[in-house]
Amino acid sequence: MRLELGIVKIRDVQFGETTRIENGVLHVSKSELIALSLRDPRLAVADVELARPGESVRIIPVKDVIEPRIKADGAEGYYPGMIGGMRSTGSGRTNVLRGITVLTVGRIVGYQEGFVDMTGPAAAYSPFSDTNNVVLILQPVDGLPEHAHEEAVRLAGLRAAIYLGEASRGVAPDEVQVYDLGGAIDLTLPRVAYVYPLLSQGLLHDTYLYGADAKGLLPTLIHPNEALDGAIVSGNCVSACDKHTTYHHLNNPVIKELYRRHGSELNFVGVVVTNLNVTLADKERSSSYAAKLVKLLGANGAVITKEGFGNPDADVMMLCKKIEDSGIRTVLITDEYAGSDGMSQSLADTVPQADAVVSVGNANAVVGLPPMDRIVGDLRSAEVIAGGFVGSVAADGALSVEIQAIMGSTCQLGLGKLAAQEH
Amino acid sequence: MVRGRYRVVHYLNQFFAQIGGEEKADVPPQIREGAVGPGIPLQQALGDEGEIVATVICGDTYFGENIETAAEAVVELVAPHRPDVFVAGPAFNAGRYGVACGAACTAVSRRLGVPVVTAMYEENPGVELYRKEVFVIPSARSVQGMREAIPRLAGFVRKLGLGQPIGAPQADGYLPRGIRVNAFAERTGAQRAVDMLLTKLKGEAFQTEYPMPTFERIPPSPAIKELSAATIALVTTGGIVPRGNPDRIEAASASKFAAYNIAGTDDLTADAYQTCHGGYDPVYANEDPDRVLPLDAARALEKEGVIGRLHEEYFVTVGNATSVANAQKFGRAIAERLLAAGVDGVILTST
Amino acid sequence: MPVVHVASIVPISMTVGANRIVPAVAIPHPLGNPTLPEREERELRLRLVKKGLRALQTDVEKQTVFDA
Repeated sequence: MRLELGIVKIRDVQFGETTRIENGVLHVSKSELIALSLRDPRLAVADVELARPGESVRIIPVKDVIEPRIKADGAEGYYPGMIGGMRSTGSGRTNVLRGITVLTVGRIVGYQEGFVDMTGPAAAYSPFSDTNNVVLILQPVDGLPEHAHEEAVRLAGLRAAIYLGEASRGVAPDEVQVYDLGGAIDLTLPRVAYVYPLLSQGLLHDTYLYGADAKGLLPTLIHPNEALDGAIVSGNCVSACDKHTTYHHLNNPVIKELYRRHGSELNFVGVVVTNLNVTLADKERSSSYAAKLVKLLGANGAVITKEGFGNPDADVMMLCKKIEDSGIRTVLITDEYAGSDGMSQSLADTVPQADAVVSVGNANAVVGLPPMDRIVGDLRSAEVIAGGFVGSVAADGALSVEIQAIMGSTCQLGLGKLAAQEH
Repeated sequence: MVRGRYRVVHYLNQFFAQIGGEEKADVPPQIREGAVGPGIPLQQALGDEGEIVATVICGDTYFGENIETAAEAVVELVAPHRPDVFVAGPAFNAGRYGVACGAACTAVSRRLGVPVVTAMYEENPGVELYRKEVFVIPSARSVQGMREAIPRLAGFVRKLGLGQPIGAPQADGYLPRGIRVNAFAERTGAQRAVDMLLTKLKGEAFQTEYPMPTFERIPPSPAIKELSAATIALVTTGGIVPRGNPDRIEAASASKFAAYNIAGTDDLTADAYQTCHGGYDPVYANEDPDRVLPLDAARALEKEGVIGRLHEEYFVTVGNATSVANAQKFGRAIAERLLAAGVDGVILTST
Repeated sequence: MPVVHVASIVPISMTVGANRIVPAVAIPHPLGNPTLPEREERELRLRLVKKGLRALQTDVEKQTVFDA
């Protein structure tokens, strides 16, 4: 399976009469993008704003982030099972607009979205402070149930990203990246699998694999290219710091890192997708089943990532225990909830087998952030989103919040460089 | 502007202050001007930037037998010298001396707000007791290690004296205090994970970034003897609150708990109660809050006489990214109120 | 004063040190099951609370899960 990502680098974004790419600048037709969003009768109001790195802009509350992409062969939609017809992802040519995203904004449940600052101290914590962002602000029709609201916003974001991706047709890519596990294999290298748990805790905490709700899955094997090419879509409204947006799935850094070393330091043998469900029986079943798949792959080692916190700690501990106990070495990537003073135990569950852990930061750490000149969305959300508290928003618009509220700050796929260490 | 030299007060036991050995271990706290004993090489190492203005001395036995009053006396003796840094030891593996150094540092830090540092052997009991509040520079087991200990201690005193930020333990040479601090690493989490896995697979030594924590264990309380005469209380971490969340308990990282009166209420209904918890799908709890806080069932069992009485208040917080320290604080406060109210047993529900 | 922890994810309850544990239904509805008819759901809840009360009436020496 060979995937080619034709990367078109975008260095700026502007509104324009038509949507097109010229000299690395994406021009966006605001009216077309709004009209596209409002084709869904569940959405009453749509607006578009642009935010660029370094601008004094605070975007809040953010739900999902999507990288604009299309299949070069003209296949309809980019997310099979979600948009367009069913097909397998992960092969052929994909056009990627790099350096730009679609951010969906608007309150859905009121406390489970996050924010992005385009400058200032918070910008160091979020990958989306470094990208040009096309912000889609969406309001539902009156009385729309939460689950329908989430779905409408999710699909609107994906459609907008595909729409922007279409501008890449006829544009020569700046770079072509090839992802291919084939070729000669050095049998002396260790065989490494990736265990990829997806949050699947019910309405508003769901993730989709080819459009199938992950909570109904038995753990399954996918080719790494499938994740890098639109097989996984986020439907999550949970704490912003450690949920995986659709962007994160498309750019999964563990998959990329295992690819980078494939054939030289290790043999990347596959990706086991599992879920993070709400009952003990589900957690036991899925962790056992995932461990069995890792064993069937003949892996010597496995990287385990996590999404969310609290009860998912139990899932990843079960995975560590069961995989280690079958003779396969593991490393776990997790964030921490050690309290704002950093002095509490960081995880809700532990096993002695989890002896190799990468920490991507204490999400409870509090940061003070200056006011921004422009607010996209609704600043008052900062008091109710996870990581905010009463008094988070000062009269002048300054913020005091846990980094939990910053989109992607403690990404447990290991996208960022943040780490917690003991002092 | 020329900044004045930073002022240091040094703590020593009777032995290192050259008062005497075990026979003088009962001398009470006293103070001398300037540097004494190991303070002299320490002063040399500090050079012109800092000055040991005074040395507090106490016998190890005296301190050990009067920890609180001795520490208090040390604070009283230190305060008039207005130090910028308080330094104790090195205590090496001397147990009583190590404890005295830790206790003196803790008291000076808490009472005077002065930065403190001590030095001792890693297995000195003073380490385990005081490392969370006091910087401890590791030293050798015995006084033979003085020559290495003094420059290390001096380097740290200098940082504190000049108000320089203290970095990671490995970089600044102190024993980890169990405080988790964020910093940006050179490589991404994914890169670090794959590196760690490859090292582990080679069978080489690797360092986890988060050793598994241990949690406090509480001995089980005795059982309720006579349930039909007992008062039972309901407590939940699931965020069930009166509609509108009147006390504004946070959806995550709760900073508080609340108590609500349920006298005369037989059932939690969707129009009167809701969840404010931000970590689980709220639909089911909002439809019927009894699914998280089982008031209807508890009330029915009270009416049947299975339990003597249901306590008139229930307690609630949100267990979502809430630190263990806060949870313990809430737990203690709730337990005190329940004990004061004569409650015999608790049903604690969590989501 | 004994406490019974009624919670779904028993391993977490064990890790954090609860002494009396009654396994519950699921995280978003520990004492309910929305797929059941209302009456059956109430009975389920009553059974779980009774199990919790039995735990409170039982002396334990170490962490104990009451799953019978």
